[in-house]
Amino acid sequence: MFGQVILNDDLPGAKQHHWSPYTDNGGTIVAVAGEDFAIIASDTRLIQGYSILSREQTKLFKLSEQTVLGVSGCWCDVLTFTRTLEARMKMYLHEHLKPMSTQAVAQLVSTMLYHKRFFPYYVSNIVAGLDQDGKGTLYSYDPVGHCEKNRYRAGGAAGAMLQPLLDNQVGLKNMKGELLPNITKEKALMVIKDSFISAAERDTSTGDGVIINIITKAGIEVMHFPLRKD
Amino acid sequence: MALFDICGINSRSNFKTTENDELDGVLTSLNTIVNPCQLALPPLGCPSNTYSKNPVDEHGREMKINYDHGTTTLGFKYQGGIVLAVDSRATGGQYIGSGSVKKIIEINDFLLGTMAGGAADCTYWERVLSKQCRLYELRNKERISVAAASKLLVNMVYNYKGMGLSMGVMIAGWDKKGPGLYYVDNDGTRTPGQVFSVGSGSLYAYGVLDSGYKHDLTDEEAYELGRRAIYHATYRDASSGGIIRVYHIKSTGWVKISEQDCTELHYQYEEAERTSK
Repeated sequence: MFGQVILNDDLPGAKQHHWSPYTDNGGTIVAVAGEDFAIIASDTRLIQGYSILSREQTKLFKLSEQTVLGVSGCWCDVLTFTRTLEARMKMYLHEHLKPMSTQAVAQLVSTMLYHKRFFPYYVSNIVAGLDQDGKGTLYSYDPVGHCEKNRYRAGGAAGAMLQPLLDNQVGLKNMKGELLPNITKEKALMVIKDSFISAAERDTSTGDGVIINIITKAGIEVMHFPLRKD
Repeated sequence: MALFDICGINSRSNFKTTENDELDGVLTSLNTIVNPCQLALPPLGCPSNTYSKNPVDEHGREMKINYDHGTTTLGFKYQGGIVLAVDSRATGGQYIGSGSVKKIIEINDFLLGTMAGGAADCTYWERVLSKQCRLYELRNKERISVAAASKLLVNMVYNYKGMGLSMGVMIAGWDKKGPGLYYVDNDGTRTPGQVFSVGSGSLYAYGVLDSGYKHDLTDEEAYELGRRAIYHATYRDASSGGIIRVYHIKSTGWVKISEQDCTELHYQYEEAERTSK
């Protein structure tokens, strides 16, 4: 098989070396969509194995005035995917003389991911933005492009750890009979900050800092706050 | 350049600049606009031995790339048309990726497709199927039959046989011949039938479905049968759960009947049993 060394003798201490196109560079993304805003946040740590490659690498990519993409996973795939996506968006802009709407971007991301069904991008994606009516929307993806519209989502390395916290605080799943009120921007920010602080405690690939993008009709506000550096 | 032409060197193949490389990457991804059946193949020999089967990181440890899988769907024909009932859980490995996946895909006003197996596979190919059905309508000035739609899907998927697609889909609709229900899967199986259940929870659903099924069910009885069968599957199968959705296909098209959380149904059935005792 490609990438394996076949040893004929059973030499003591001989090891097979593996080459793999994939590597896990960590990173967590959390996003919440409200009535007239969408917030997406990522940590800023980039790792490889047990080493830290960077403490200031954001995983958020601004696609347009209304849409931000958060991607984490294998960093090489992240870079190629975002580059190709930006090129496709530029082509759309030139062809249709208007920027892509959030819904169109969401479908494009799904198709682009599925295009690599047999050699996937090892990435975890969340698209956050405002739709045509100014309402906050959020789309989350699996590595091959299954798209789902959500109100809140945690993805990346600590995604499985943070999603239950969001279900409890934003989705109010623990409360029986509660109608889901629209979450306010302040509460959403609080929940996101708390979830990153907790993730940094328990996940080694999350930490160093958080970058938050708040998308509203007025534009995209960028906030930064520090996390544990250990 | 003149010298290259005289020497017969193809300058593009031997002296590719980086600009061309990046553009190539974008251009190949554009192929999906022209032909949605043309997916990128990895740059190796046999695609079934690719990295995506058992990916490893640089230390040789296995990396889990978990795709969302969908489970427990059912459909049956009866005197009033076709009833489709599905759950809404998607699992990526042991993690429940989502509890509210839409497993019934609306191909057009008279055709529905269900999702079981790989979620991305089902949604992508059923979307391509909607495009092909619409093109058929425009070219032939009449609606496509269920048999033809299911045939289109199975032919598209057969091209990728053995390469790891995972789809167990039911195509249901109403055409000139009346109600039509076909089971289509990633091996290229395509069978018409009266009663089908697909997914990891299908065994449990079949138990309830087969014991309650009659051709002469009334509409309400049919909806309740489908709902109960999915509910029992969600009760016993760990990979099924969430919201239970029921759809009805009549001669005038499809209609969404109900959308209930399976825990709500559980307490409803418990209450009904207690009061009836």
